[in-house]
Order: sequence, then C-alpha cells, then structure tokens
Amino acid sequence: MEAGSFGASGKGAGNRSPLEAPSSRIGEKVIQGLLAFCGLLSVVITVAIVVSLIGPTIGFFDLVGPIDFLFGTDWSPSFEPASFGVLPIVVGTLSVTLWGMLFAIPIGLATAIYLAEYASPRVRKTVKPIIEILAGIPTVAIGFFAVTFILPSIIQPIWPDNLFGGDQSPFMALAAGLGIGLLVVPVIASISEDAMSAVPRDLREGAYALGATKAKVAIRVVFPAALSGIVASIVLAISRAVGETMIVVLAAGSTPNLTFNPVESIQAMTSYIATTATGDISQGSPDYKAIFAVGTLLFLITLVMNLISIRLVRKYRQVYE
Amino acid sequence: MEASSIPPTERGRLAVAGARATTAAMLGDQPRKDVLRNNLFAGLLLLAVLIALAGLIALIAQATVKGWSAFSFDLFTNPPSTLDVSNAGFRPALIGSGMLIVGVILFVVPIGVGAAIYLEEYADRTKWWNRLIELNLQNLAAVPSIIYGILGLGFIVRGPLDLGFILAAGAITLALLVLPIVIIAGREAIRAVPSSIREGSLALGATQWQTVRQQVLPAAIPGITTGVILAVSRALGETAPLLLVGATVFVTFNPEPFSPDGYSALPVQIFQYATRSQEEFKALAAAGIIVMLGVLIVMNSFAIWLRNRYEQRW
Repeated sequence: MEAGSFGASGKGAGNRSPLEAPSSRIGEKVIQGLLAFCGLLSVVITVAIVVSLIGPTIGFFDLVGPIDFLFGTDWSPSFEPASFGVLPIVVGTLSVTLWGMLFAIPIGLATAIYLAEYASPRVRKTVKPIIEILAGIPTVAIGFFAVTFILPSIIQPIWPDNLFGGDQSPFMALAAGLGIGLLVVPVIASISEDAMSAVPRDLREGAYALGATKAKVAIRVVFPAALSGIVASIVLAISRAVGETMIVVLAAGSTPNLTFNPVESIQAMTSYIATTATGDISQGSPDYKAIFAVGTLLFLITLVMNLISIRLVRKYRQVYE
Repeated sequence: MEASSIPPTERGRLAVAGARATTAAMLGDQPRKDVLRNNLFAGLLLLAVLIALAGLIALIAQATVKGWSAFSFDLFTNPPSTLDVSNAGFRPALIGSGMLIVGVILFVVPIGVGAAIYLEEYADRTKWWNRLIELNLQNLAAVPSIIYGILGLGFIVRGPLDLGFILAAGAITLALLVLPIVIIAGREAIRAVPSSIREGSLALGATQWQTVRQQVLPAAIPGITTGVILAVSRALGETAPLLLVGATVFVTFNPEPFSPDGYSALPVQIFQYATRSQEEFKALAAAGIIVMLGVLIVMNSFAIWLRNRYEQRW
C-alpha cells in the first residue's frame, strides 16, 4: 500500500500535496471552519460598529440637515430650541489634540532618538518598558492627575493671568492636552524607535566614516530614513488623542466653546458622548440620536487616520525588512 | 576574519596604516562647533526622556500623597456613600470589576486564540479576505474606546442582542474592545514557533490540527498568556465604554452578572468620586487609583516574569 501511494504521488497522478493525509478527515475541516469563524468575528465587530452607528445617525439627519450639523457653530442640544451645529465640539477636540501634540511630539521623538542612537543596550532595556508603562495607565487616573496636579500646580503658577483674555476656570483645554500628551508619548516614542532601529547600520557607518557627529547622523541620516515610521507614529498618536475620553471629561470640562484658547473650558466630541449617554436618556430622542451622529463623525476621523498610519508603517517595513 | 585575509605584504601594511591615519585625522579633527552641538543635542534628548519619566513618577506620587489619608482596609469592604465620606469605599465596584474581568477572559481567550491560530496557521495570505481581516484587525486596535461603548449601547444593550443594562453586557463590550490585543499577541507567539517543529510533526504523519494542538500551541502558551494579561489590564482600567453600557448607577449592593439593578466598576467609581468637588471625595478617588495601579502593576509584573521564565529560545 505504501509503495503504491508513493508511486502515485511520484507520477503526479493525484493533485494532492504529499503531506496531506490519505483519507480526508471531517474533524479537521470542522476545526478549520471554527477557527475561520473566530477570525471572521473581528470583521463582524466592525460591521456591528457601522450598523449600530448608521441607523440612529440617519434618523438624526431626518431632524437636522447634514449641512447644519457639520458647519453649524452653535452646539446646544439640551436647550430649547435645540441647536446641533457640531463645530464647537470638533474644535474642542482639535484644540485638546493640538496642545497634547505640542507636548508629545518633541518629547516622544527625542525619547525615540535617545533610545535608538544614544542609549546603551542596558539603559534602553530598562528605560523603554518604563516609558511604555505610561501607555498602560488607565486614562481616568491620568485625567485625575491632569485636573488635580497639572492644572493647579503646573499651569496656573507659570501661566500669566489673562494672557489670552480667558479666565482661569477649574477646567481648561491645556490641562487635558498635557494629560493626553503624557498618554501618547509612549505611542510616538515606541513606534518611532522601532522605525529608527530598522534603518540599516551601513547608512550610519557611512556617515560616521565621513566624520559626522552622532547628532548629525541622527538628524540627517537616521531621521529622514525612518520618516515614514515617524509620521505613522504621530498620526496614530493624533488618532488616540482625538478618541480619548476620560482625560477630556475630567480636565477640559463640558462647555461647548468655539475657541482654541488653551485656558478656557471646552467640550470635546468624546466628552459630549460620555456625559450625555450616562443619564437616563430616552431612546429615540434627538439627544440620543445626536450621540450616534457625533460617534459616526469620530469613527470616520479616526478610521482615516488609522488607515494612513497602517499604510506608512507597512511602507518602512517593506523598505528595510 | 576579514583582517586575516589581507596578505602580510608591505603594500597591505602601508594601506592599513594609511587608512588608520586618515580615520584618526578625521575623527580627531571634528570641528569644535560640531562637537559642542553634538553634546547640546544629547543633553536635550536626555532632558526629554527625564520629562517623560518625571510625568510618570509625579502621577504615581501625587495619587499616593493625595490618597494616603483615605487609604484603609475599609476601602475594600465598605460600599460607596455620598453622605458618610469617611466610611465610603469601593466594595461593589471591586466585585463588579472582578466579574467583568472573568467575563472578558471567558469570552476573549477561546475566540482570540482561535482567530490567531486561523490567521497564522490556516489563512492563505494571498486571498483578499484574509488580507481584509488583517487590515480590519489593525484598525480595530486603534478605534477609540468610546466607540466600543456606542457599539455596546446600540448593539448589545439595545438593538439586535437587547440584553439590557446588565453586567454581562458590559463584559462583552470590554471583551470586544480587547479582542484585537489578544489576537495580535497570540499571532506573534505562534509565529515565534519555528517552522521546523511543524514540519517535523507533519513528516511523522500528524494532521494539521494535531500539529497545532500538540506542538505549536504548547510552545506558544507563555506568549499568549502574556497577551491575555495585557488585554485584561487594559479592560480593567477602561472607563468610557462602561459609562455608556450602564455602569453608572450609584451601586451600594454587590452586583450580579445578569441582574438589571445595575452594576459598578472600579474605574467608574473612581470617576464618580473624582467629579465631586469636595476634597474628601478627591482623596477617595486617589485612594482608588492607588488600588487600581497596584493591581495593574502586580498583573504586568506577573506577565513579564512569565515571559522571561517560560520563553523558549529555539
């Protein structure tokens, strides 16, 4: 029998691969099907997200025109008459993101360059995980830190009163921004460091051989060579910042406010969703539907940024790995 | 090795000496300005790293200092209270978080590991649907947590599943949120098992599932466990999605998994205390943060220990 089957496969009679079992096993197929179902479930999650967002969003647009929603400058859903112009809370989100990035990009990139180019392997092995702890700290703890420490003990003592004409409230966009900055430093540092470490050594050694200093090698050789990974890390960090909820809820307040003034209280898209959906809100009310409309906008913004970042990461992997 | 291949002739020796002299001249003669700039740059980098580390240390220190006065054993045994601050605690929230975590593990381990096995061992990467699954996973890992809250509200609490505001709905919502973490970590652990192990097993006549079950999975378990622990610690600290799926009521009783009376979780309770203006409640919130960070540190240290202890070098 063995000889026979050898002969058959030797002649290439069957188009069966030689590793496959001689008899087809139903159990194997069933297991493969179950595993494929598990894999498919992740796609089901995305579909479910889209489905749960889209129904109420369409219902919302029956009440409020899409143009009025996207370009309206007055967000007062609980007043009478209610107004659903989303710009104030979009600007609130962008303002917090901007202040967060102004902190996180320099700190994160400098950390990445230090770890990739300057630190000894031992320092790198201890510092990198410690920085990454920051990414694992629950955001409610960072929000609490922002409102009870960053705001009263760091911003208020050094910020000149009324610099931008804003009164210093117990909530401000800048405090939330710095909290978010702290949260995304490891995102930027970790992905950028991976991209820089993937730059081949001969590029560096070529520059050293020509007499370049370490700083010049880092800035003029490694940084440009790792640019796509660095941009990817920043885009991902922005996406994180836009979607962050608890830090904004705790530190930035809940006053819809069409301003980039860092010392004023604002409301972000996420904090509208979180503070509105917590009460006993009745299903089908405009307020309830507005949560889903804002959620759709948020989902689309982060989706675009995630796809850009995934693409860029793939690019640097293709070039150097 | 390279050096020994140069023939020991006069020419070779001259060339080596010349190269050495040139290099020495080059490196010795770096302009003063460049050297100065280099040192300045290194100093700035170090400063940035120190700022990031200082932020982390300040966060932990501040919570400890602020919460120390409220920290006692009563914290674990007393229910929350708005009237009697000195006796308010976290018991229902801690029990709620514990149940949520059990629910998350029950849901996420079989499905996450199954998906990881499928993607690594069975999926044909040239097929478009498998590439779609992969892209979809990478995006899901970066979808904001509040969107999962909306999914929970619109799909699990109401809508198709219609479970109501029960603890189990919260557990499923958190499980969906951390599923990508488990799948991605599981895939890395499975990929780290060398293909020679699989080929050896297949060559001895094992079927593909026998190979996966008896060779690949046992070797990948430490990595998978690490991923599950990281996912659980993420789920433990998540607040925003729970706000949308019902963990908001002021709960003074011990929560139950399927009871419609409401439930609470540790981060949600911390959030509720933190939003009150009185200092005593802020201290209580800080004490809760200490407890939460303590649990997270223990879990993460265990994950690191596990990885170092059982990681196989092939």
